Amino acid sequence: MPKLYSGAEIVFKCLEDQNVSHIFGYPGGAVLPIYDELKNFNSIKHILVRHEQGAGHAAEGYARSSGKPGVLLVTSGPGATNAVTALTDAYMDSVPLVCITGQVPTHLIGTDAFQECDTTGITRPCTKHNWLVKDINDLAEIMHKAFEVATTGRPGPVLVDIPKDIQFQKTKYKNYQKVKKLNGKSHDNFSQKNIDDLIGLISKAKKPIFYTGGGVVNSGPKASELLRELVYATGFPITSTLQGLGCFPADDNQFLGMLGMHGTYEANNAMYSCDLMINIGARFDDRITGKIDEFSPKSKKVHIDIDPSSINKNVKVDLPIVGDIKSVLTSTLKTLKKSKKNFSKSNKHQISNWWEKIQRWRSKRSLDYIGSEETIKPQYAIERLYELTKDRDAYITTEVGQHQMWAAQHYKFNKPNRWMTSGGLGTMGYGLPAAVGVQIAHPKKLVVDIAGEASVLMTMQEMSTAVQYNLPIKIFILNNEYMGMVRQWQELLHDKNYSESYTAALPDFVKMAEAYGCVGIRAKTPEELDDKIIEMLNTDRPVIFDCLVDKQENCFPMIPSGKPHNQMLLGPKDQKEKKITGKGRTLV
Amino acid sequence: MANLKSAYSIAGKKQKNDTHIIVVWVDNEAGVLARVVGLFSGRGYNIESLAVAEVDQKQNISRITIVTTGTPQVIDQIKLQLKKLVPVHKVADFKREDKNVIFKEMALFKFVANNKKLISALNACRNYNPVVLDQTKKSQVIQITALRREIDKMSKNLTKFGLVSVSRTGAVAMTRGSDVFK
Repeated sequence: MPKLYSGAEIVFKCLEDQNVSHIFGYPGGAVLPIYDELKNFNSIKHILVRHEQGAGHAAEGYARSSGKPGVLLVTSGPGATNAVTALTDAYMDSVPLVCITGQVPTHLIGTDAFQECDTTGITRPCTKHNWLVKDINDLAEIMHKAFEVATTGRPGPVLVDIPKDIQFQKTKYKNYQKVKKLNGKSHDNFSQKNIDDLIGLISKAKKPIFYTGGGVVNSGPKASELLRELVYATGFPITSTLQGLGCFPADDNQFLGMLGMHGTYEANNAMYSCDLMINIGARFDDRITGKIDEFSPKSKKVHIDIDPSSINKNVKVDLPIVGDIKSVLTSTLKTLKKSKKNFSKSNKHQISNWWEKIQRWRSKRSLDYIGSEETIKPQYAIERLYELTKDRDAYITTEVGQHQMWAAQHYKFNKPNRWMTSGGLGTMGYGLPAAVGVQIAHPKKLVVDIAGEASVLMTMQEMSTAVQYNLPIKIFILNNEYMGMVRQWQELLHDKNYSESYTAALPDFVKMAEAYGCVGIRAKTPEELDDKIIEMLNTDRPVIFDCLVDKQENCFPMIPSGKPHNQMLLGPKDQKEKKITGKGRTLV
Repeated sequence: MANLKSAYSIAGKKQKNDTHIIVVWVDNEAGVLARVVGLFSGRGYNIESLAVAEVDQKQNISRITIVTTGTPQVIDQIKLQLKKLVPVHKVADFKREDKNVIFKEMALFKFVANNKKLISALNACRNYNPVVLDQTKKSQVIQITALRREIDKMSKNLTKFGLVSVSRTGAVAMTRGSDVFK
């Protein structure tokens, strides 16, 4: 007679078989049987967060920095609804998460029981798939399928809702035999013809550009290596979206910096003027394209993506290639090497005018800002942070707002998986819990959350988690007392009516750090900044770093809403000359 | 402000809308219809009519037939988004004008009237395979199968014969000839 396991035990058996080492969670009535079983499974470590949203973002940080799926375990009702923001965030940014929720016992479902909510109904639009387990005999299969769905194709969050009575019931446990394909869904649908067409376009292009995104990160570290190889083999310029930063070294000459709303002048103008755009793992998001009717009007567009529904969604492309970036790039490189030896040399002349043009755009130095000796400029703070941490293979998370854009512009990433930020959903409060998750995945590494004082207050309670598990995360707050990006938009679009964007009663972050049992450091002048940053880096405990920065600084360059790539605002002077009027004002 | 419709971008040129019939084969499991319908409402696609029933009792496959309108780009997105859903096996798409596909809807008409009018009503339905399902001295229920616009027209024209209630299904579709959609 085979051994019988309870539902709660099966949950952990599945996690073990999926090689899960950490779960982020918060106990409650409907998951107590699972929590009771935790003690019997030593290979799985539970990280107790302070709010379920924190569990979700921590799992996201864990997943994005390690390439493994993040797992969270929360209770029914409020536990599940609190996790919704993190699930939606993961859905938008394609992060593999497995969320296990407790549910009221099956006989109480639908009776408005205590802490009951329609979890699968609520999370249906923000997960790749979700399951309500109604029969103990389905549990193991559903759990394993959940991991498969979360991690295959375009990754994303999934949710398994387990009623309390199912957690107690017993059955046999079978390990999972992977079925061939889930309902015939396959992910590599490209042919050699696609690749030949791509090579054809590459060899004809006079003004080419690579435009790469988070899909390269999701395809694994090998994809980034192949990307570098391809970029060097072609000699083409490359720009990256917010999520793709790090796949190509930021300090390389072929890298034009980030593109989009706060991208560099050279990247956006190159996108506008190119004759061949090769999109690798990005999705023509509205922050990237600007005005869609005038987006890169003269180019042939190639789109390489694992998700067929990303193709032709926002921008019509000439050559779609559906497949995993790793395999598409492998085939492309193989074909390129075979048909065009020493392509970068033989092609150099053909694209030399293009590079000259790019150099001219570059010479505008669009990321420059006006320095100051009295106040710390936020850009300066990030530059110093970068200079002082660049040899330490740091992992950077951010919240959402001006500081996030400055971090993307001024912190130079050279490796994938080092940059965790909420791009699609734009979730303020993402960075601190994400840093917790990153530090769990990489205990020995330096993890810094570049934060704004408004964002960080949204999930500040997770400092308590960091202290409990001795996670020496560094919360680097650029404190300008404003919701900076809101203030910037009000300045540009609403006649400086700073409606509710100033936080009048901020806490003392240094005292707050002490109250949490970690270390608080404050920097007030540019002069002391370096010393304070070094002090932070030398502290082997969690640190909240309160960096008081210029309150009026705006984030430039900027494509004003409703404008195409070639009409950027480069700085404060431009802002007066190119006032945003008419339709542009209605845009976000 | 002239255009407050979208907060994110100025709407580009409007393309022409076509009517399409989308057929989706899905695992018949709890919530699957909500997933399909939720995808339509969540992404702002239109549903003109919908018909769903299990067609394979052994493998528990349901067939959902959705009539929708959209630009070619939207129709493509609908198909691709549907294919991403885990319980979806395959998706077929037909233009309403497609001569190779049969579309039918069924309607039940209830008439309350005198005998003369009831006979006229049945007579008016004769082109649409009428079946009298129930009859009393004062009333009758007639079933017809026809195209959407024919039923629309009929339900308008039949009021004069004492039509008091209409119940109708969404469209179902089948290809002509020996080909089967794979």
